[in-house]
Parts: sequence; structure tokens; C-alpha cells
Amino acid sequence: MENRPLEYDYTVAKMFMMSTLIFGFIGMLLGVLLALQLAWPEFNYFLGDTVAEYISFGRLRPIHTSGVIFGFTLSGIFAGWYYIGQRVLKVSMAESKLLMFVGKTHFWLYFIAMFLAVVSLFSGYNQTNEYSELEWPLDILVVLFWVLWGVSIGGLVGIRREKALYVSIWYFMATFLAVAMLFIMNNIVIPTYFVSGAGDIMHGVSVYSGTSGAMVQWWFGHNAVGFLLTVPLVGMIYYFLPKESGQAIYSYKLSLLSFWSLMFVYVWAGGHHLIYSTVPDWMQTMGSIFSVILILPSWGSAINMLLTMKGEWQQVTESPIIKFMILSSTFYMFATIEGPIQAIKSVNAIAHFTNWIVGHVHDGALGWVGFIIMASLYHMAPRIFKREIYSKALMNTQFWLQTLGVILYFTSMWIAGITQGMMWRAVDEFGNLAYSFIDSVDALHVYYIIRAVGGILYLAGFIIFIYNIIKTMSARPIEERELQNATPMAA
Amino acid sequence: MFHWLEKRPFFFGVGIFVVIAFAGLVMIIPHFVQQSRPLIGTKPYTTLELTGRHVYMKNGCNTCHSQLVRPFKHETDRYGAYSLSGEYAYDRPFLWGSERTGPDLMRVGNYRTTDWHENHMMDPAGVVPGSIMPKYPWLFTNTADVDTGWAEAETVRLIFNTPYNKDIPMKDGSVSQVKLSETVEGGRADALIEAKLVAQQMKNQDVKDMVAAGKVPEIVALIAYLNSLK
Repeated sequence: MENRPLEYDYTVAKMFMMSTLIFGFIGMLLGVLLALQLAWPEFNYFLGDTVAEYISFGRLRPIHTSGVIFGFTLSGIFAGWYYIGQRVLKVSMAESKLLMFVGKTHFWLYFIAMFLAVVSLFSGYNQTNEYSELEWPLDILVVLFWVLWGVSIGGLVGIRREKALYVSIWYFMATFLAVAMLFIMNNIVIPTYFVSGAGDIMHGVSVYSGTSGAMVQWWFGHNAVGFLLTVPLVGMIYYFLPKESGQAIYSYKLSLLSFWSLMFVYVWAGGHHLIYSTVPDWMQTMGSIFSVILILPSWGSAINMLLTMKGEWQQVTESPIIKFMILSSTFYMFATIEGPIQAIKSVNAIAHFTNWIVGHVHDGALGWVGFIIMASLYHMAPRIFKREIYSKALMNTQFWLQTLGVILYFTSMWIAGITQGMMWRAVDEFGNLAYSFIDSVDALHVYYIIRAVGGILYLAGFIIFIYNIIKTMSARPIEERELQNATPMAA
Repeated sequence: MFHWLEKRPFFFGVGIFVVIAFAGLVMIIPHFVQQSRPLIGTKPYTTLELTGRHVYMKNGCNTCHSQLVRPFKHETDRYGAYSLSGEYAYDRPFLWGSERTGPDLMRVGNYRTTDWHENHMMDPAGVVPGSIMPKYPWLFTNTADVDTGWAEAETVRLIFNTPYNKDIPMKDGSVSQVKLSETVEGGRADALIEAKLVAQQMKNQDVKDMVAAGKVPEIVALIAYLNSLK
């Protein structure tokens, strides 16, 4: 029998890499525009009165969040799956025509769904549940491409040669199952047209009302974020960091412990979005307690990553990809200690409804999610395109621009958030409110500007990233063989 | 046990699902047994108010404004009584929001008037100097989708027994009814009657002309909704 290495087929991974770049650019560009709108409201009308309706802050915000979460991040996750899945299961997509067909259909259905999502959100179709804004016909499309992803996971696992499932596969499976459950439960609506025979066919009314709706929404909202912005990305760093550094994962037991405890603890923490609201007190307390417990599994994974570098720390100075990965693990630790702090009831009393929350989301999203996805793409690109990374110097420039951007972002939003929280509750010596609401808006102007600058720096870095990847695809000579560990790159 | 699981993807998947579904089982399911019950005095939205609620959602007002007054003195001083669960019984979906880029609107109907909203939506910074809220001129010319407002009311009446055309107990011991027409044509007529009452207190001539021509501008529906928030 012939004994040669498997030829993996990256067709689908390549497609998802492209959509990562496209949606990442759109999502971040809109983010910058939103930041400018908060600093200077004139940016709501800078394209003229006719389009003002479609680019006003309230319309754009869900396109920004959906674009970055379900466009950029999810594309990155799918690209990661279609790359890692084959390699750790030791099967090639080329071995099964059916799985290849499923993979391609998965991509196109996903792409169409995202395109229609953008169009429908611009035109004002919005269920308003955060990160779950799409109306029911689009939700059905989402379920369809999700099912196809499930078929792809099940299929590849089914024909695998490597019998034991690697850690990354656990995390992908968990993502698939959890998001399926949460998404379907949170989006159960009754299409009003079919019941009443009138009105807009796109419109549906939620089966959950008021407080129940809030609970289901934040059970979804917190965990959809958790199972898209955390779980699969942890799975990806479990693969890419050892590969890129040539080091074995520090501890199998620690990965086991962090995985199962993350699965159990994460979902409980949704209640921390509803502290001091009208949901039952015990649920708020549970949300608060479990958020604090959540530090353990999160830090377990992150420490496992950092200790993987034991004895090899010089790589951080030499390799920009290792830089990205280590900084993203560090931001992961940072965001997962900040979140629990905000979930403590007395802190939440100040932090809730303020920009500190926005800051928290973004040190996670820009620092952890963005960096690990870009590092993953940088690792995949030379192997997929069989070409060296175009420029190491550009990677370093990008790294420092974006790091500076994230720092400006979260520091300004911390100060802004705590300023708001303190101004709202301040009283004078007679016990009357010291400030009117608009005073707290005025006070934020300078922080909104700093945040916008941070966002622009991050976007600039992302444009460099796109350029570097595109150049890698086209400008470098094709290599004969693929390098096994560190990413080959031109100086 | 874990080594055994890692070689059996099906049982591994079942294991994951049980572990993640557990929290939902404990926190979410029991709550449905005890459905949201309205407070005495909480009424469902009229056709026009529901239409206005859709305008609110369409423009993402919830991205900057909360509708949840927390039980702190500084919040009750600023916004009025703190929120109670039953007040949201007819809110599908809830619109609590997660940011206060602008102030809370839970009880905005208690302290703002139609006239104030009209001026404010046209030019927020003209009414509140320093405001960063965008202007919403298109609300004055777009026609509101009253049909969908009616369709939603009819749907919740049929499916969730929302008490339209039924006696609703009020705080003072009296009863009150919220009318819902059986047909969409009736719904349009009801909404127009309500819209005329709102438009009477407005000064924008385009709005007045549209209402006179039998159409409901988005701004009128939105103001009807905001006025109902008490």
C-alpha cells in the first residue's frame, strides 16, 4: 500500500476565509462609523438626507454587531473548522463527494443568508432582541446552514481515521449543539400574516412576553456570544498555537477540566444581564455567582495556552503570529476577569447601561476574537495557498496598530462608563440629583472621540491584514511542500 | 470515562448537550409554568400604539434607550416608579435595552407631551442642547404600516388570549376596554381615529395633510406609543 501523506482539500476553508475578510471589513467599517456618530451626530447625515434613514445609528448598530459576530467571527470559525477538522480527524474532504457538496452548499447558503440579513436590517426589519435581530424567514435560512454545518461535522467525524477526538473537535461540537438549542428557542415567533391574513409577511410576534422574553433572550444573548465568541475560538487556539509554536499542549487534564466546567458553568451566567431587573432574585443571584465561577474554566484554558509556550518565549519576539496568539490569550484572561467583576451585583449597579459594558465587549471582541481569528488565517494561508506570507513587516505594523487601537478603545470606554454610572447616581447635599441626563452625555464627548480613534487604528490594521492575505494569495511563488510547524514568511 | 467518551462522538455529543441544557432546564422551563401576569391597570396596546412600537423597533430606538427603571433612589427620582414584572405582560418582545446612550423611556408618557416629541424628533439638539441623538425627519413623511400593527394585535388576541374587547380591571376599581376590530379595514379605521387625536396636537402641516388624507405617518404612531408608556 502506498504510504504518503494525505492531501487535504481546502476549497471550502478558502471560501470562508474570503468571507471572513469581506464581513470583517464591513463590520468594522460600520463600527467606526457608529463611533463617529456618537462623537459627532453629523455623521448620521453625511451621505445626504435620502439615505439618512438607512445609516442612522439605530439601523446601523445591529448590522455592525451581526456583521462582526455572524459575518466575521462565524466565517472565521467555519474556515477554521474546514481546515482543522480534516487535519485532526485525518481525512480529506476530497475523499467524500457528498461532504464536499455539503460544505459548498453550507458556504453559499450562509453567504446568501448574511447578504439578506444585511439588506433586511438596512430596510428596518428588526426583531430587536440583541444578536437575534433577524425576522423569521431569515431565521429559517440560518437554521438550514447550521444543519448543513452539523452534517459536515457528523460526516467528517463519521469517516475519520484518528479514532480519538482532539480537543478542538470537542469545542466545535459544543458550539454546534449549544447555538442550535439557543437560537431555535429564542427565535420561536408566530408569523402574524398567517394568523390574521394581513400585514407584513416578514413580521412575527414572539411567544415569550415581557420578563420571560428577557430571560430567554439573555439566556440566548449571553450564550450565543459565549458559544460563538469563546468556545470555538478556544478550540481553534488549541490547534493553532501548538502547531505554530511546535510545542505540545501543556496539560491534557487542564484542557479536560476547563472544557467540561466551561460547558456546565457558561450557560448559567446569562442572568448577569438582568441584575436589578424584574426577573426573580434567585436567578439574578445565580447569574452573578456563576459568572464569578466562570473565571476558573476560562483561565484554565488561557493558562494552558500560556504554559504551552514554557521555555519557548523567545518565539513571541520572533514570530508575529505567536505575538497575536499570546496577546489574544492574554485579552481572553483579561475579558474573563472583567466580566465577572461587572456581574457582581454592587458593581453591576454602576456598570449596567453604561459604556463600560461596551468596553468589555470590545476588549473581548477586538483583543481576543479578532486577534485569534487573524492569527488563525495567517497560519492557514501559507498552507492553503502553498505560498509564504507576503510580509512579516506588515504583520508587525498591523499588530502594533491594532494593539494600540484596542487599548485606546477599552481605556476610554472604562472611564466613560464609570463616569456615566457615577454621574447618574450623584446627589447634592440635599439629596437631589446632581446632574441632568444631558450632563452625562456632554461629559462623554472626549471619550467617544478617543474610542473612534482606537476603532480607526484597528480598522487600519485590518486593512493591512486583508492586503497581506491577498498578496500572499497572488504575489508569492508557489512552494513545493508544506512546512510542518512555524509559518514560513518573507521578511 | 473521558477517554472512553473521546472515542465515541455520539455519546460525547449527548454528554455535552446534557451539560449545557441543564441550566436552561432549571432556570427557563419553570418560569413558563408561571406565565407573565399583568398588573391591575396594565392594558394591551391599541392598534396605533402597536404600530408605533414597530416604528420604535424599526429605527432601533432600543439601541440607545432602555425601558427598565431599576430599584434605586436615583433612578426613581429621575424616571419614576421602578419597573414591575407585570407591567411588561403585553410586551412582545420586551424592549429593556442594554445601553443608556439616551435616558430611560419606561415612563416617558408621564412627563413628555406630543408637542415635545414632535419638536424633538425633528431636531433633538434644538430641544435638548448638546443632545447627540440624530434627527428623524423621515418619520414625518413615511406612512406607518398599520396593517402589521393590527395583524399583531389580532394574532396575540387569538393565540395568547390577550384581553382585547374585554373588561380589564383598573387601579381605581373601574373597568376599561381596549378595542380591537375584527377586520383589518376596521383596524385601519380605528388607528386613523386615534391618529387624528394625536395629529390635532401637532403643528407639522405635512403630517396634518397625511392624516386628513386617511394615512398615518410614522411619527404619529410613534408618538401614540411613547405617550402610552406610563
